[in-house]
Amino acid sequence: MIAYLTRRVVLAAITIWAITAVTFIILKLPPVDFVDAYVAQASSTGSSISAAEADALRAAYGLNESYLVQYTKWLSLVASGDFGRSFEYGRPVTEVIGDRLWLTVLLSLGAIVVTWTMALPIGIYSAVRQYSWGDYIFTFVGFIGLAVPSFLLALIVMYFGLRLFNMSVGGLFSSDFALAPWSWAKLWDLMKHLPVPMLILALPGIAQLVRIMRANLLDELRRPYVMTARARGLAERKVIMKYPVRAAMNPFASTIGYLLPYTVSGSIIISIVLSLPTVGPLLLRSLIAQDMLLASTIILMLGIMTVIGTLLSDLLLMWIDPRIRLGQLK
Amino acid sequence: MADPILSIRDLHTYFFADEGVVRAVDGTSFDLYAGQTLGIVGESGCGKSVTARSILRIVDRPGRIVSGEILLRRADGSVTDMVKLPADGREARAIRGGEIGLVFQEPMSSLSAFHTIGNQLIEAVRLHAPLSKKQARARAIELLAMVGIPRPEQRVDAYSFELSGGLRQRVMVALALAGEPRVLIADEPTTALDVTTQAQILELIRSLQRDRDLAVILITHDMGVIAEMADDVVVMYLGKEVEKGPVDAIFHAPLHPYTRALLRSIPNVLAEPREKLATIAGSIPHPFARPRGCPFHPRCTEAIQGLCDVAFPETFDVGAQQAAACHLLNKPAA
Ligand SMILES: Nc1ncnc2c1ncn2[C@@H]1O[C@H](COP(=O)(O)OP(=O)(O)OP(=O)(O)O)[C@@H](O)[C@H]1O
Ligand SMILES: [Mg+2]
Repeated sequence: MIAYLTRRVVLAAITIWAITAVTFIILKLPPVDFVDAYVAQASSTGSSISAAEADALRAAYGLNESYLVQYTKWLSLVASGDFGRSFEYGRPVTEVIGDRLWLTVLLSLGAIVVTWTMALPIGIYSAVRQYSWGDYIFTFVGFIGLAVPSFLLALIVMYFGLRLFNMSVGGLFSSDFALAPWSWAKLWDLMKHLPVPMLILALPGIAQLVRIMRANLLDELRRPYVMTARARGLAERKVIMKYPVRAAMNPFASTIGYLLPYTVSGSIIISIVLSLPTVGPLLLRSLIAQDMLLASTIILMLGIMTVIGTLLSDLLLMWIDPRIRLGQLK
Repeated sequence: MADPILSIRDLHTYFFADEGVVRAVDGTSFDLYAGQTLGIVGESGCGKSVTARSILRIVDRPGRIVSGEILLRRADGSVTDMVKLPADGREARAIRGGEIGLVFQEPMSSLSAFHTIGNQLIEAVRLHAPLSKKQARARAIELLAMVGIPRPEQRVDAYSFELSGGLRQRVMVALALAGEPRVLIADEPTTALDVTTQAQILELIRSLQRDRDLAVILITHDMGVIAEMADDVVVMYLGKEVEKGPVDAIFHAPLHPYTRALLRSIPNVLAEPREKLATIAGSIPHPFARPRGCPFHPRCTEAIQGLCDVAFPETFDVGAQQAAACHLLNKPAA
């Protein structure tokens, strides 16, 4: 168990280091470095930046020195929580990202919970009642869920929400609250706006997980240990819930790792359609504007969160599978 | 003789697959008595396991008992027909594990890898006795000790994959006996084990049988195991019962050519070194393509053209206890 844990943590640390390296490369990709871009941007909008200020920035990031020195300087700045300024917004990067990061995490976790609570019972039903009407219907709906692009679904939901219920499903806040400081009323407003985007984000994951769950459970249902459990007089429902379902659970744990980055990057279009204040649209804009300090910060945070998500799902796997816990399985 | 504890009457269990119907068990009848061992022998795929699962009513879809009776004599003398009970109902579940215990052929995968041995044993104990968790745990440890597992107080918290194959099969025996059944069905309990372990498990079953006056059904494809353990024998071929009788009669005066072929295939210590082991010619027909007439005729050296490949033979009684289904026995009354 200790060996497994250590290996995972060491692997996570190495991955995070690799992510910082890749982020740095992305930061340096544009032909014009970010201080020059910043100066050009400032002069084009009328405000100006003094030559001294620009030089100070260049010195802070070591832009006239070797790449290795630049990387080290950038890394130590980032490690101390200084992510620099976004020239596009003229504000510090942390301020621009602001609540968006936590809203993204909240939305992702919500989508994961929705995915699990929907996919688990549907998957179990489809496997236990294989080839029943219900199974066919869920399979059909699942294929639609996988085939229809989510942004289209988002548009349809918005259209019907507006036509039938006269409600706007866009955004995560009502207009009264969007810019207001945090309060209980604003939190409640957020709660009311969360379900629809959560569901839309969760749908492809649900469809996929139901298929995995169904296939895994069908496999497990044929195993001799299921027969043994029946043979000792355990009721069918308990047999299924206690033994094969438990064994088919592993893919659920793995979803944590992938849903987080998925909600952020894979769902940029959905976020734009539903005008969600998440980091996805921000990332897109910053990349288009070559606002590299903002873009690289978002990429870095996403990468690190993915690693943490994967680590969490590994821990969860360890918890549900004793063979991993006791070092029988790699 | 006393009344049989379990009587199977003309049992038919079919699998209704998309490709066709598999007649896995196609007319089997036998009686089982307390304290006795009935051996069921036959090649792979002849329906031995399906017979065992039918008795417990745990045949999985698309399989179904089509007809027949499974008569279980209860402790109070009444007789219950398992076929008539709802498979997942309270009474059938009380009988599963409580009256009839089953040991499976694969000790590797017959235990859940996600639960400790104790967890599964305690579950089995509490399904058939009103014990607290603590009492059931004590009982589980007792059961492990009973089947000869060393350090049962520690092993109760182990997972199945932490045990050797032999120990695992002992755990399976403990599980099957957790509900204090009067009938034990052992479905090839030793196939996956090495010879020494095999002998130990068989000895364990025999001593448990002596202690508790258990009725045992021992399923195997090994005639050697039958010779060692069984009182009575049923020989199955393609879901049909081709011969049955007391073990001595089966070994010394086999009636059916298939039984004789099975006996020839036992390695003989007295045989010449490197002598080729007899095998049964041909292979088992595909389950969807049953031969017409006697199912064994394509592989039978004594088949009669125009008879064996046309009509299914009726069962002939020879003596008081032995019977076989073969046209060769239909001699004009002498
Ligand atoms: N779930 C199932 N679906 C379809 N056919 C099945 C199923 N289970 C068993 N059968 C068929 O029933 C027949 C009898 O199988 P069974 O498992 O009883 O054989 P067996 O005598 O126990 O063989 P072995 O010695 O290999 O254990 C086989 O032809 C098999 O194909
Ligand atoms: Mg079998």
